[in-house]
Amino acid sequence: MTFVSIRDLKVSFDGVQVLHGIDLDVDRGAAVGLVGESGCGKSVTWLAALGLLPGKASVSGSVVVDGQQLIGTQRASVESVRGGKIAMIFQDPSSSLNPVRTVGRQIGESLTLHRGLDRRAGRIEAIRLLDMVGIPDAGRRVDLYPHEFSGGQCQRVMIAMALAGEPDLLIADEPTTALDATIQAQILDLLGMLRRETGMAMVFISHDLGAVGAICDDINVMYAGNIVESGGIDQMFAHPRHPYTRGLFDAIPRLDGARNRLIPINGTVPDPRHMPTGCAFAPRCAKASAFCNSARPPLKPQKDGRQLACCYPMIGSGDVADVSPEMVPA
Amino acid sequence: MTALIKAKGLVRCYEGQKSLFKRPTPVRAVDGVDLTVAPGETLGIVGESGSGKSTLGRMLLGIDPPTEGHVTFDSQPMPPLQSPSWRTLRAQMQLIYQDPLAALDRRLTIADQIGEPLEIHGLAKGAELKERVEDLLVQVGLRRDQGDRYPHELSGGQRQRVVIARALATSPRLLVCDEPVSALDVSIQAQVVNLLRDLQDSHGIAMVFISHDLKVVRNICDRVAVMYLGRIVEEASSDQIFASPQHPYTQALVSSVPVPGKALEGRILLKGEPPNPALRPTGCAFHPRCGSAVAACASAVPLLEPVAAGRSSACHLSSVSKGLAA
Repeated sequence: MTFVSIRDLKVSFDGVQVLHGIDLDVDRGAAVGLVGESGCGKSVTWLAALGLLPGKASVSGSVVVDGQQLIGTQRASVESVRGGKIAMIFQDPSSSLNPVRTVGRQIGESLTLHRGLDRRAGRIEAIRLLDMVGIPDAGRRVDLYPHEFSGGQCQRVMIAMALAGEPDLLIADEPTTALDATIQAQILDLLGMLRRETGMAMVFISHDLGAVGAICDDINVMYAGNIVESGGIDQMFAHPRHPYTRGLFDAIPRLDGARNRLIPINGTVPDPRHMPTGCAFAPRCAKASAFCNSARPPLKPQKDGRQLACCYPMIGSGDVADVSPEMVPA
Repeated sequence: MTALIKAKGLVRCYEGQKSLFKRPTPVRAVDGVDLTVAPGETLGIVGESGSGKSTLGRMLLGIDPPTEGHVTFDSQPMPPLQSPSWRTLRAQMQLIYQDPLAALDRRLTIADQIGEPLEIHGLAKGAELKERVEDLLVQVGLRRDQGDRYPHELSGGQRQRVVIARALATSPRLLVCDEPVSALDVSIQAQVVNLLRDLQDSHGIAMVFISHDLKVVRNICDRVAVMYLGRIVEEASSDQIFASPQHPYTQALVSSVPVPGKALEGRILLKGEPPNPALRPTGCAFHPRCGSAVAACASAVPLLEPVAAGRSSACHLSSVSKGLAA
């Protein structure tokens, strides 16, 4: 059952379009990953959907959460969804927390706002939440300030705060990027555990394909404000079809096997003010032809269930049935 | 083979919080590190934040004076910071930082910045300088005409190339890279890693590569030292350390790397976080988080000892098993 349905979401800043029509569905209880290089619009998609972009951004399209339209509606109705039905956590936990209030009071604020708990009940619930996200000695530490927690623990506090409104969907925007490897493993484990226990849906935004793979069932690959490929995690990891997805995998150094030269994606993400005509990835793509520069390929459903926006997709290894003739231009 | 740079018993103490009521506690950021780098070799230093990786890198270059121990470059002791002989030596050893935008001057063109070390060390001037700068730009994969640009006109990957070109200007023999690709996207990261590998091959520069990204370290380094709370806990060749990590901390570190297509199950999850260096646990600093700690771990500090040819580990358990095997 679809919980969030985004249709043709477009965003521009000062007349420069940065999102070119995103269609995305998140089912109840699903875990969806959003990957791509920085500047591809991963975060902007969800900031726009939740009305968190600055005033100079113009947003169009439709975002329906549980039957309720969010784009172009009253601020109050968006606020009832934000934090209550959908919560978001960010990359840098220490800048998201208020340094002069105890973590217990900050979590309590969410509890008062979304669940109407008074201060006493809020404190008890805050301790339960801190305990749930793995803060040791929660009963005592609820009265401490953010600077008394380490980076990994601050991220746990942020997660506890996000859980305070009992959301149906948690959006995690690069939640482990700023953390050390062993702490990253702990937080990924925690997010997986919370998903199993609460049944909430999760959107995981990251540039780390390994981390996304550990959490998500489906992934969407974004490039220059478009979704270029999406599908189930297993098929996407086994046979990436879009040359960009393939490039992202190839660029990751391996932890086993030979230490070969890495295969980078040449060039950089295009400037949104000077977007190439046609496929935005064509200037960096080894498979591109003149045809790719003429028109932007639309995101089309494929026979194997995934969606793909490419005229010359990679052929799945040893999988002849994978070639879809309708995608080859006449 | 004679070592290019050699460190013996390096210790760096920082004074802890100064307060009227508390006595300052000294923090031993680096606590007794020995290492050598041969000419043309790349040594990786990995560890979590606060393990003393960067402090160690700065001490190797003489930017941070060691509290104890000493560094020798080319068998000569490191001259004191900012002395004329240290400045001369700096031409042979350069540093690359994580954030290229912070390392570049926003008001100078990149050609001016790449040429600056040549001017300072009096290596080239006039037309020769201009030619040398253009040469360097091409070497790091930039175009000659990009020399007139300012840092803000370049992308992150290009800026890091400028920083690398500037470091190469004086033809150094040692490059200390402190998280040089951590701020870059994976596709751009691969470009810069390849560039560094090419420079190793063509120039034979020795490198100390400090990073928390194990995948990049494995790709670029010949040898790897793993640091935990200011000490090296394991050192081995790059292939050995990732294929068969010996120290329990290295094992956890290697297993915590998320690999695409690999599930979370079966990974070693460490409990807790790296301890505060001011409150170092007794004995082995890792024992409170270690899954296989025994009673001896809490009392005695394990020493970094050879466990096999070319590899050493600082763990009571590996020395026990070695004792049994002997």
